[in-house]
Amino acid sequence: MTVMTRILGAAAALALSAGASLAEPALIFDLGGKFDKSFNEAAYNGAKRWAEETGSTFREIELQSEAQREQALRRFAEAGANPVIMTGFAFGNVLSEVAPDYPDTKFAIIDMVVDQPNVRSVVFNEHEGSFLVGMMAAMASKSGTVGFIGGMDIPLIRKFACGYVQGVKAANPDAKVIQNMTGTTPAAWNDPVKGSELTKAQISQGADVVYAAAGGTGVGVLQTAADENILSIGVDSNQNYMHPGKVLTSMLKRVDNAVYDAMTAGPDMETGFNVMGIANGGISFAMDENNASLVSDKMLAVTYKAALDIATGAVSVHDYMSDNTCPVE
Amino acid sequence: MERMPVWADVVLIPLISLLLAAGLSALVILAIGESPVAAFQLMVDGALMRSAGWGYTLYYATNFMFTGLAVSVAFHARMFNIGGEGQAMLGGLGVALACLYIPWPHWSLAILGSAFGAALFGAAWALIPAWLQAKRGSHIVITTIMFNFIAAALLNYVLVNVLRPVGAMDPATAKFPEPTHLPTFRDMFSTAETILFRGAPANVSFFLALAACVLVWLLIWRTKLGYEIRAQGFSESGARYAGISPSRIIVISMLISGGLAGMMAVNSTQGEAERLILNMTEGAGFIGIAVALMGRNHPFGVFLAALLFGFLYQGGAELALWTNIPRELIVVIQALVILFTGALDNMVRMPLERIFLALRRKEA
Repeated sequence: MTVMTRILGAAAALALSAGASLAEPALIFDLGGKFDKSFNEAAYNGAKRWAEETGSTFREIELQSEAQREQALRRFAEAGANPVIMTGFAFGNVLSEVAPDYPDTKFAIIDMVVDQPNVRSVVFNEHEGSFLVGMMAAMASKSGTVGFIGGMDIPLIRKFACGYVQGVKAANPDAKVIQNMTGTTPAAWNDPVKGSELTKAQISQGADVVYAAAGGTGVGVLQTAADENILSIGVDSNQNYMHPGKVLTSMLKRVDNAVYDAMTAGPDMETGFNVMGIANGGISFAMDENNASLVSDKMLAVTYKAALDIATGAVSVHDYMSDNTCPVE
Repeated sequence: MERMPVWADVVLIPLISLLLAAGLSALVILAIGESPVAAFQLMVDGALMRSAGWGYTLYYATNFMFTGLAVSVAFHARMFNIGGEGQAMLGGLGVALACLYIPWPHWSLAILGSAFGAALFGAAWALIPAWLQAKRGSHIVITTIMFNFIAAALLNYVLVNVLRPVGAMDPATAKFPEPTHLPTFRDMFSTAETILFRGAPANVSFFLALAACVLVWLLIWRTKLGYEIRAQGFSESGARYAGISPSRIIVISMLISGGLAGMMAVNSTQGEAERLILNMTEGAGFIGIAVALMGRNHPFGVFLAALLFGFLYQGGAELALWTNIPRELIVVIQALVILFTGALDNMVRMPLERIFLALRRKEA
């Protein structure tokens, strides 16, 4: 009898908690996991900030297998979670199939465009931010040679590289850019040892500023650059603090803002194409006490002017993904 | 040494192992401050009480049935094939090539073609370790596990450099054409009023797995080849004396094993993802070892064990969705069941054997 009541009690508690979950937002992390020091973690920070400010709660799941992508989307949608936010392009295929089945649920996907009436597609103008840090790299370089280290060789990272090269050439047309990709598989996002080796190779070719757009691999790039006494540039989050005085700046991609905005809007979230760029604060570069001594007033003035020109449309940076080519090498 | 009754060997030992694993898992959940009763309730509710939950449970079970059968066929010849993972990856490649480059008019033909492609590629991947074992004496455990890594690298190369559509970010093939899409349980069992198995990936290849179970049973216990495989497993010198060529049996049993492992890809690649993705096996090749051990290498046991592991996978997903139990601890729970049912078999078996022995002496 007691066992039975206990089980029933547990079931009742469960039913209650399921009921209470209605209209909570939900956040789905990709296979990389919540604490990847990069993309997913930025999303988590945005959700945490929202939860702390509003005192509300949100649902979350770290995926274990590919089959769970669709499952997590459907289960959250069926339980009434709204909006359902997911990080990463890998959800694109699944979401375009699932979204029409739940017309009353709003979905937000980051880094991918899914054309459905109830989906907000958040994409970032990474090429603009990369352009700005490219200008800073060219101005800070003494050798006239700068480096770029990408993670996985996908169009998204080539977009970073292309914007960076354009920025470098805008500040110094004679500068040379050395480009390397870490690998061709998702493992390339988390290979700091290879990142370190690539940095050393670029240094031996004369590079004295290196930009890492490589997720966890970038930790190795920044570390080696600091050890070898050259400058590095961080990505996604503000990474200036990791090696004070050695990291020139960080290209900020405010994934946290995207998640925060979506959760704040709640079930009334506007859907459609949502571009986060310099103009609306989705993309910027990091200045704080850790890199203040590295960036001269003149450099800062030139970079801010470029940022303003991009924001107003006076200067346009070519987006690699628009035609899969880059005008400069 | 006297033996236990069959029912104790087949039913009692797995049951006790399972209870031990469940007990330890409950302690783990208690230790992080969650309720084990609620967690178990959630797993059962999510995996077995809804048709969509069953759809996932059976989807995972289909994968495990194929890989479990693969391990058990090889094990009847005393070959320990732990290369199911690599053979399944190659099977995925076979499925992808069959689906992408042959214009199938209908899924019923496509599934035959892709199953053949999967079995062919999987078997080919098992052939090299089998030949090395048969002719050169290279230990099958070492070679098959090494071939898993080679398969992963090969799949990687093919997906990134050959089969990936231009401009795509994922290392994956293009979506398979419409006629190759297999009917899901939703298509098969839903009526106009009630939609069953909504969104679940279970598909018609579940019945392919059931057929494979029956065929493996027929092969092992009702054919000359099966007799030879078992004879080789019991005693190689005895089999040789009876005129059975050991190297022939090694190669043939490994070919069947690799083919079965490869056919897992029909379910996960053609049935679920409908394109070939990088981590299509998701560890099912290794789970197959635990499934075969727990199922006592009998197709019906493999079927039951595969259902159990399917339940654990789907229940684990439900835990991840609705509780704060972190993903790593869910893997711990799944691993505890594997540990107790697979690796620690003798821990339960030996005391039980002693008890049965004592009982029998008393009777005598």
